[in-house]
Amino acid sequence: MAISMTEAAANHIRRSLDGRGKGEGIRLGVRTTGCSGLAYVLEFVDDVAGEDKVFENHGVKIIIDPKSLVYLDGTELDFVKEGLNEGFKFNNPNVRGECGCGESFNV
Amino acid sequence: MALLQIAEPGQTPQPHQRRLAVGIDLGTTNSLVAAVRSGRSEPLPDADGNVILPSAVRYLDAGIEVGLAARIAAPSDPLNTILSVKRLMGRGLADVKQLGEQLPYRFVGGESHMPFITTVQGAKSPVEVSADILKVLRQRAEETLGGELVGAVITVPAYFDDAQRQATKDAARLAGLNVLRLLNEPTAAAVAYGLDQNAEGVVAIFDLGGGTFDISILRLTAGVFEVLATGGDTALGGDDFDHAVAGWIIEQAGLSADLDPATQRLLLQTACAAKQALTDSDTVTVRHGAWQGELSRATFETMIEPMIARSLKACRRAVRDSGVELDEVGAVVMVGGSTRVPRVREAVGTLFGRAPLTSIDPDQVVAIGAAIQADTLAGNRREGGELLLLDVIPLSLGLETMGGLMEKVIPRNTTIPVARAQEFTTYKDGQSAMMIHVLQGERELISDCRSLARFELRGIPAMVAGAAKIRVTFQVDADGLLSVAARELGSGVESSIQVKPSYGLTDGEIARMLKDSFEHASTDKTARQLREHQVDAERLLEAVQGALDADGERLLSTDERDAIAFQMQELRDLLTGTDGPAIEQQTRRLSQVTDAFAARRLDSTVKAALAGRNLNEIEE
Repeated sequence: MAISMTEAAANHIRRSLDGRGKGEGIRLGVRTTGCSGLAYVLEFVDDVAGEDKVFENHGVKIIIDPKSLVYLDGTELDFVKEGLNEGFKFNNPNVRGECGCGESFNV
Repeated sequence: MALLQIAEPGQTPQPHQRRLAVGIDLGTTNSLVAAVRSGRSEPLPDADGNVILPSAVRYLDAGIEVGLAARIAAPSDPLNTILSVKRLMGRGLADVKQLGEQLPYRFVGGESHMPFITTVQGAKSPVEVSADILKVLRQRAEETLGGELVGAVITVPAYFDDAQRQATKDAARLAGLNVLRLLNEPTAAAVAYGLDQNAEGVVAIFDLGGGTFDISILRLTAGVFEVLATGGDTALGGDDFDHAVAGWIIEQAGLSADLDPATQRLLLQTACAAKQALTDSDTVTVRHGAWQGELSRATFETMIEPMIARSLKACRRAVRDSGVELDEVGAVVMVGGSTRVPRVREAVGTLFGRAPLTSIDPDQVVAIGAAIQADTLAGNRREGGELLLLDVIPLSLGLETMGGLMEKVIPRNTTIPVARAQEFTTYKDGQSAMMIHVLQGERELISDCRSLARFELRGIPAMVAGAAKIRVTFQVDADGLLSVAARELGSGVESSIQVKPSYGLTDGEIARMLKDSFEHASTDKTARQLREHQVDAERLLEAVQGALDADGERLLSTDERDAIAFQMQELRDLLTGTDGPAIEQQTRRLSQVTDAFAARRLDSTVKAALAGRNLNEIEE
């Protein structure tokens, strides 16, 4: 079971955490919602829960709850620029289909 | 797929529910747009990495230039290039004539009292010019954030009266922006410094921009933000420093004061550059044409001293209005590019007895604060984001009473939203109607106040003079916009008005502007279609050329090759022009003549793949 991120993603997260002034790392997760069943969660983490799994990558902590990990195993988090727009992208090998915009998906 | 941003713990939005909102600082000299992304409020840069959009609009025979290109073109095309349009917002033609000689534009009166500027594209109102700036910022934000905006918080100087606020809202509407809130610039700056998260205290915001000066005194109590007092000057700013330096050049170089618009512009640019250089050095060499001279910081400081004195006087007055002592002010925030001038910082520091805060870029701080407010208003709550802003009315609101006197109903510096009522009566026996004339200002005579609106209350039952009781209610919403209602208490007849300031746009003017924007939409669309056809054509040409190079000799006869080459040349010729439909048609024709060739290539590839293999292998 593993999760990774690109250097660009790590750099951006580090900058965001610095700007925010606090936080343990970044939480990746999934929840049931959206037009294709599941949607990603991407949040700052202030408190790590007991059952959370912690991965460290490029010096940044990725925190995932065990249920989400099943759907995210093997995912690489990337930070990309598309024209003026920039943001995070989940490269998730478990995805079988997603809605047009990719904000929700199924496995 | 949509790109994601980091949310606060537990705050990840539902898919397709991200509510994109921005803060816009629509400035006299420069404008910016900022947004909260991954928990941080930051200005959004354009494709070249520039955060600042100069508030300059140039009208060409075809098209509009906004920003740096327009500012650069200002000296060569002064009549069609509008700078510092914010100074004209909500002003009447008479006000503008007073501002007068400094402005090189040709003004004409419109259907309403609003001044229109004559350009090659016809008469443009300040509202339209501002909308053109806002459109560029909106487009930048939508491209950057990857979606449509639910709304924007737009900042205005605290001293803007109702007419100027309404004009700003009209401009936003014209630019297709939903205004979540108009926010006073100093209030936005305080939010940017996170002063709302801090302990209690009194804060002064000193904002000296390109064209306007604001001083605001804020009090923070338990996370609640109250503006105690505002003051300032709608016609004082860095532009005036430039004019002072330009005046010095004219005097030193012995130029005649009667200069043509292009030379005026050039002089102002030279002056502005000299001013900026003096922030870091003690002396600067100024050149204008063949003339050259040395300007020292000390000389510059002497020139601007009267303006600094004006700003300090306004500071003292605002502090007095707010009912606090100078030494109670716990922090002073500097906003606006002109606070980079060392003498300004020094003078403000001396007045308040403490070094002012300057850690956030003074040009960006307002937009950054507005974006935080926009994010909150759009429903993307920040952690502990109990941001409650109380603003005040900058000028008293009232109505005209007998004898041309102004009766104040809501005094200035009253916190908003607010509603106040006052009772009036008739002055003649049997009087059946009453004219309500709504005014804004501090003076006693109505001729010295600004007229905002007039309306009539009719149907008052016949009574002796003084028997009718007419209750007039003034209501100001959170944006500082006013509605007035009058009701005769005996009969219940009533009448009300949503104040449409005298200097706002008439419906006819708004209709014309909307029509204009539709007309532009169609030219914009044609241009886009042409570009799409060109791209399709180029892509096909490249593909056919590649196929010809690879298999042309082998699969095609000379006649066939010549036919394809002929159609390709036709398409290339069309591509030098701008006839979109013709390009599209020829692209389709080329595609047709190459269909057979494409089919033959496919066959040949399949044959090559199958050659030398038996049926069993293929079935696997």
